[in-house]
Amino acid sequence: MRKVRKTAEAPQVSRSAADAAGAADTPAIDVRGVVRHYRSPGRGVVHALDDVSVRVERGRVLGIVGESGCGKSTLARLLTRLERPDDGTVEVLGTRIDNAKRGPLRRMRRTIQLVFQDPYASLDPRQRVGAALAEVLDVHGLPSGPDRVGELLEQVGLVAALAERYPHQLSGGQRQRLGIARALAVRPDVLVLDEPVSALDVSVRAEIMNLLVHLREELGLTFVFISHDLGMVRHFADEIAVMYLGKIVEIGPWDAVSDEPLHPYTRALQAAVLIPDPTRDAAVAETGVTGEVPDAAAPPTGCRFHPRCPLAEDVCRTEEPALLPVPVFRKDGTQPSGEHRLACHVVRRRFAETAEAAQSPAQATAHTAAPAVRVGKETGE
Amino acid sequence: MSIQPLVTEAEPVPASAPAATRSRLLARVWRDRNGRVGLIVTGFLVLVAVLGAVGAVPHDPIAQHPDDRLQGPSATYWFGTDQFGRDIAARVAVGIWTSLRVAVLSVAIATVIGSLLGICAGFFRGWVDQVVSRFVDILFAFPAILLALAVVTALGTGWQNTAIAIAVVYTPIFARVSRGPTLSVGNAEYIKAQRVLGTPLPRVMLRHVLPNVSAPIVVQVTLALSWAILTESSLSFLGLGTQPPAASLGLMVSDARSTVANAWWTLTFPALAIVVAVIALNLLGDGLRSALDPRRESRS
Amino acid sequence: MTDKLTKARTGPHENGAPMSDTGAAPRPTGDPVLTVRGLRTAVRTASGPLEILRGVDLDVARGETVAVVGESGSGKSFTALSIAGLLPAGADVTGGSVLLEGRDLVPLPEDERRKVRGAEIGMVYQDPMTSLNPVMRIGKQVTEGLRAHGWSKEDAHERALEVLGEVGLPSPRALMRQYPHQLSGGMRQRVLIACALAPRPKVLIADEPTTALDVTIQQQILGTVARLRDEYGLAVVWITHDLGVVARIADRVAVMYAGRVAELSRTRSLFTEPQHPYSSGLLRSLPTPEHPHQALLPQIGGAPILLSDLPPGCPFAARCPQRADRCTREEPPLVNRGSASAACWFPPHEWKNTPMEVTSHAQGA
Repeated sequence: MRKVRKTAEAPQVSRSAADAAGAADTPAIDVRGVVRHYRSPGRGVVHALDDVSVRVERGRVLGIVGESGCGKSTLARLLTRLERPDDGTVEVLGTRIDNAKRGPLRRMRRTIQLVFQDPYASLDPRQRVGAALAEVLDVHGLPSGPDRVGELLEQVGLVAALAERYPHQLSGGQRQRLGIARALAVRPDVLVLDEPVSALDVSVRAEIMNLLVHLREELGLTFVFISHDLGMVRHFADEIAVMYLGKIVEIGPWDAVSDEPLHPYTRALQAAVLIPDPTRDAAVAETGVTGEVPDAAAPPTGCRFHPRCPLAEDVCRTEEPALLPVPVFRKDGTQPSGEHRLACHVVRRRFAETAEAAQSPAQATAHTAAPAVRVGKETGE
Repeated sequence: MSIQPLVTEAEPVPASAPAATRSRLLARVWRDRNGRVGLIVTGFLVLVAVLGAVGAVPHDPIAQHPDDRLQGPSATYWFGTDQFGRDIAARVAVGIWTSLRVAVLSVAIATVIGSLLGICAGFFRGWVDQVVSRFVDILFAFPAILLALAVVTALGTGWQNTAIAIAVVYTPIFARVSRGPTLSVGNAEYIKAQRVLGTPLPRVMLRHVLPNVSAPIVVQVTLALSWAILTESSLSFLGLGTQPPAASLGLMVSDARSTVANAWWTLTFPALAIVVAVIALNLLGDGLRSALDPRRESRS
Repeated sequence: MTDKLTKARTGPHENGAPMSDTGAAPRPTGDPVLTVRGLRTAVRTASGPLEILRGVDLDVARGETVAVVGESGSGKSFTALSIAGLLPAGADVTGGSVLLEGRDLVPLPEDERRKVRGAEIGMVYQDPMTSLNPVMRIGKQVTEGLRAHGWSKEDAHERALEVLGEVGLPSPRALMRQYPHQLSGGMRQRVLIACALAPRPKVLIADEPTTALDVTIQQQILGTVARLRDEYGLAVVWITHDLGVVARIADRVAVMYAGRVAELSRTRSLFTEPQHPYSSGLLRSLPTPEHPHQALLPQIGGAPILLSDLPPGCPFAARCPQRADRCTREEPPLVNRGSASAACWFPPHEWKNTPMEVTSHAQGA
């Protein structure tokens, strides 16, 4: 797919040696140990992200779930260089972007793009649809005639005639399509979607999700799909990372994380997701956690989830659990594809106990080849 | 709870409404009742000023007619004559020209410099904002007329210098008016979006920030024009603006002090011209205010 | 319009268990506390009045939660505002009635209306931050409404302490002296619910009160409201766009489309056998665990309606896969079909076409 696309477009600036060599094993995104703290007057230092590492292979979809303050939007801003990490590195297609200078940064903008949550707020109210798209093309020296603008609009399922409209003259769904078209204008390889359907009406969400599925097939894009809605993430992602208070607490194949979560927080999240099914036993849903997310300016010691955790023990209060692989078997005896990692003392110990009892630890940790999402650091500190 | 979202969310707009949306700014001002009155009266004043400037008036504005001193309005002297027998109608026309000339130049200077300072302060924040805001505070600390007086004293008289003096007074106002909206626009998602898209900074400021903060600036321009006319009049009244025998509205009001007791027309007509100009420009500002909101454009 | 209402609507608990979590306590049933009949509300615009509500029928019994779902422009928020008498300037009720225990509120003058609101109808809004006064202590905000309804200072204080405890807030006494910014989002929303419930109203209208909250907090608050509904015997009208919330909290659901109720069903039957093609389409468009991973979702397609330019006939006809000639000529009334009422000419067993097709990603014409 990608090859076809490349030949069809205007000559491209070579992005990096790795890319030019077509190194297929270079991941689309490689984030290593990023830290992002904000100084907030009256609150202290807000720990938005603490030592987060994540890899996304090309053509895959990484879903990120978590509640407000978990750092998922901060991660989106780091990936698109709206912000720089205080520590750690961010690589996109093998090129470091966290310390890129102006020139390389411009080229980097053409590899990774962002779709915002609120399509209306992210469009200049005084710019017509066509002008908004043409401007992006102009800025990057791409052909920007009305034909190309019409093509972009059609690519996201909008009629070319909409080019004459202002954003306020579009419906919610049309605006988000435009937001996607604008991100696609530079022909990026990676699309970061920050809650792309949360602000939309229910019936429009399906349209946008279907558009994303199409774009993935047509363009072979890599996606980072951020949402608080586990249902949507489950539907679209290949891998799911669950974040809590600036940390990844669980990451693994979509079906493993969403359907058989291991971390108590993921379980709570799963239980709290309001599934539109009144026949579901309400009592099950009540296993959710108590309390609210603590202030990120004063994260709890040890495991950050321990004050709300039903499984918390002494070790959780003092020692921060590392994000390490766990052996997972499904109920039907099969193994999910890809590595499943977890940051939880208690669940990990239970696994160890079970494995010991079964006398087959080696088998239990066996994994299928080439995990699509890997976590860079083996040990958290 | 506003009723707006329901209507904006509604869909679809007929495929081609460009004819209506393409209409020029002036046409949109014209559709506003206040704007239309402001536009007509301002246009009329400009016409009179131009006539005065090119000398297309019945009498020479500085020619003295010693026999016709303090004549009331008549067919010969429409607005009467002053204590030197000069034609007040011609002097009002020339006075409007003088006042407008000074007002336009001063406001132009103030708008460009003030808005540039304000937008930079609001967009970059940090030390830029600190420096600009303190500078603006210092200028604001002086009474406006005192500041203008100081500048004129330093530069000397002459209409350009008067304009510069008034510009100094209004620059901080424009800085302040443009800084506030820039603070919020700079935080808007669509500005962040431009950064992600790699749009160069000057272009972001020129194409995305400026248009979105232009409405309060444009409205401020019309208000400042009317104030500038008053300030020019005040300076002339104090003898530091337009110098006799040239005519200016403020100077005429000043000269009329001694004669108004028995010749009402010497004060009335120049004062009326000031009032009309100020009101017309304010109405025009109102019209611009509503015309500049893109959400007011037809949507169905 | 008023003859379209469904007289033979079943009570909330005639068969089947209650849907919500704390449904163990038997809830009082009986006559509807709140009855809305043929409610019409219009907004004045430059091009004449625009009808937002075009005849809404609804009733809520003691101890019952009725969810009102719909998308932007469906009129769900206007329904809440019309019932509470809080319409924004430029909007007026132009027809129909809002009966609170048989008394019509629509013709009441504003000062009478104000007495009813608060004392008998409590209201909770979506945004807990903007609904609370940032410079007023929590205690004052809760007692203020009570004082306005004639409570003595001491009684109001006692009641405030009591109700803050009832909504699940810890140490109410200390909380009374705090300011809104010192509370978390979930706690603020609980304070708002306490404010609404302090005068012991009969009806609680909740306009998307949990939308801005995190899912784990949302879940806790839904549980609290269900408990309070049972304790107070409240009639709850819950406005939302989230079908997950509906499934958790509602006994019955009114699905709104283009300013009218398209379907009014018991919650379980809405999800199992929707009676209106629109509700059917909405439900099918949600990704469920059963839906194939990364496959296309069935979408309703077509453009949302434009209230200022409604076609004759059924407003959903243009987007409806079951459309027949009749639909574009006559607007169907809301008719009773046993467990549900629907404004559709065709009951589900007469639907010929696939409820909603998986179409391309392009927007419908």
